[in-house]
Amino acid sequence: MTSPFTYFARHLQALLGALGHLLRQPLGTLLSIAVISLALTLPACLYLLVKNARAATGSITEAIELTIYLKTDVSLERARQLADSARARREAGRVTLISADEGLAEFRKYSGFGAALEALQGNPLPHVISLRPRSDRADPSSIASLQRYLGSWPEADIVQVDNEWVRRLSALLGLLERVFQVFAALLAFGVLAIIGNAIRLEISARRAEIEVTKLVGGSNAYVRRPFLYLGGLYGLLGAALAALWLIALAAALEPWLLQLARLYGSGFQLVGLTTEELGGLLGGGTLLGLLGAWIGAARHLSRIEPRQ
Amino acid sequence: MIQFEHVFKRYPNGREALQDVSFRIDAGEFVFLTGRSGAGKSSVLKLVALLERPTRGSVLVNGQDTGSLPARAIPAYRRRLGIVFQDHQLLMDRPVYDNIALPLMVSDTSYRDIDKRVRAALDQVGLRAQERALPLELSVGEQQRVGIARAVVARPTILIADEPTGNLDHTLARDVMQLFARFQEVGVTVVIATHDMALVREFGHRELHIDEGRLLGGASAS
Ligand SMILES: Nc1ncnc2c1ncn2[C@@H]1O[C@H](COP(=O)(O)OP(=O)(O)OP(=O)(O)O)[C@@H](O)[C@H]1O
Ligand SMILES: [Mg+2]
Repeated sequence: MTSPFTYFARHLQALLGALGHLLRQPLGTLLSIAVISLALTLPACLYLLVKNARAATGSITEAIELTIYLKTDVSLERARQLADSARARREAGRVTLISADEGLAEFRKYSGFGAALEALQGNPLPHVISLRPRSDRADPSSIASLQRYLGSWPEADIVQVDNEWVRRLSALLGLLERVFQVFAALLAFGVLAIIGNAIRLEISARRAEIEVTKLVGGSNAYVRRPFLYLGGLYGLLGAALAALWLIALAAALEPWLLQLARLYGSGFQLVGLTTEELGGLLGGGTLLGLLGAWIGAARHLSRIEPRQ
Repeated sequence: MIQFEHVFKRYPNGREALQDVSFRIDAGEFVFLTGRSGAGKSSVLKLVALLERPTRGSVLVNGQDTGSLPARAIPAYRRRLGIVFQDHQLLMDRPVYDNIALPLMVSDTSYRDIDKRVRAALDQVGLRAQERALPLELSVGEQQRVGIARAVVARPTILIADEPTGNLDHTLARDVMQLFARFQEVGVTVVIATHDMALVREFGHRELHIDEGRLLGGASAS
């Protein structure tokens, strides 16, 4: 008997009714939405912080270089072969071979010891292979495995890589990510409580209406519907405001961050929320609102029965 | 059809509101429920509307034992019942039209049918001109008629009313009664709890008389 149109229209009516309620008490609505938005902004900020830090260290790891000092008795020919096999590794980006002679010439040129070096008999320097990992393979574990591989060459004397701080930073970011998750969970509970409470207040304010509606045969689902829409709207609007906070915060911090990045000679760019992440924020906020309203309605609506 | 079989009702405070009440009201009948204040009239109607459940005994409505109705079936049950109360219980912030439409809004009636039926109900109670008014802009008698229009808009087979004329002067009260009588004429079962013995005598329908929770007369159709 229910036509889809009637069903849809009833829902639309409940949605518009909920919107009307929000607009009729603009101050209270704004306050609730502001509190919800702050609770959502905090974890979202932390999330963006970790994401940006990861992006920033990503561009720094491009500068990582592994240097393989070969044993002095390795022939130039063998060194070339080794450079080729290093090049064949998936992790390898640019690989250059600096032969002992090139090394010596460079040293002579830049060190200023030119004359003293003339006294040397032969060339004491080894052939050196320098390897830059590909940027998408510059994470600590890839570099460690590359280092292990290169160190296993019998011809390799020393494999040098200065990535200790990258590993530490990565661990720190991992910790921050955990903190983000805990915060997000705690504040999600906060949002549920805020919305549940707003719904509770709304239900007690509309007690008479609920009683009459149940008296004329309104089902629990029907009575609950406007409150679910109300909770969903609270969550959605709170999340939208949170997104605005994030944009404002990024705009305020960006010049300062870029200056900082320039000091470190990094090509760092501030990354904001992607469309999917924005959708996730809005969708998550709406879901939290619905859930909070559901819990609030389940607890308080069933207690209201018509009386006479 | 409404049938009470040895119904007892004790409220949580220990008050025995109804004791061993048995009666039968046939489909299409018009019955007055009379008795002093506190006798138990409202309690009978509350049991029919499932606002309360009997402590013992059974209440049958249209052949169905209401005791076996699960909670989730109650809304649909109430939608087949028209209920009018003394303090009308109107939504004060909604116009007359919306108040009357409420029982249809909670069901899945289409908007076109809602409009048709609300207008028909407005015509029946003579409030067509006031459909946009808020309840507080109406007189008490008019508010009572809005309550009646709301009770009949979903075309219930049973109409129960608790002191529907309590706040009205005699002329208005008679008008309202006549309204109920017209619903009975089209086959609706009407049960009215009232103090107003003058009206009861005037209309002369069967009278179920309750005293201190016990039925003293009119248990079966004469
Ligand atoms: N919810 C309740 N809790 C406790 N006692 C109640 C409740 N409702 C009614 N009673 C008691 O039950 C008895 C019967 O009440 P009821 O309302 O059925 O009487 P009534 O005949 O409708 O009276 P009136 O004409 O004054 O409306 C009264 O003594 C009343 O105090
Ligand atoms: Mg009463």
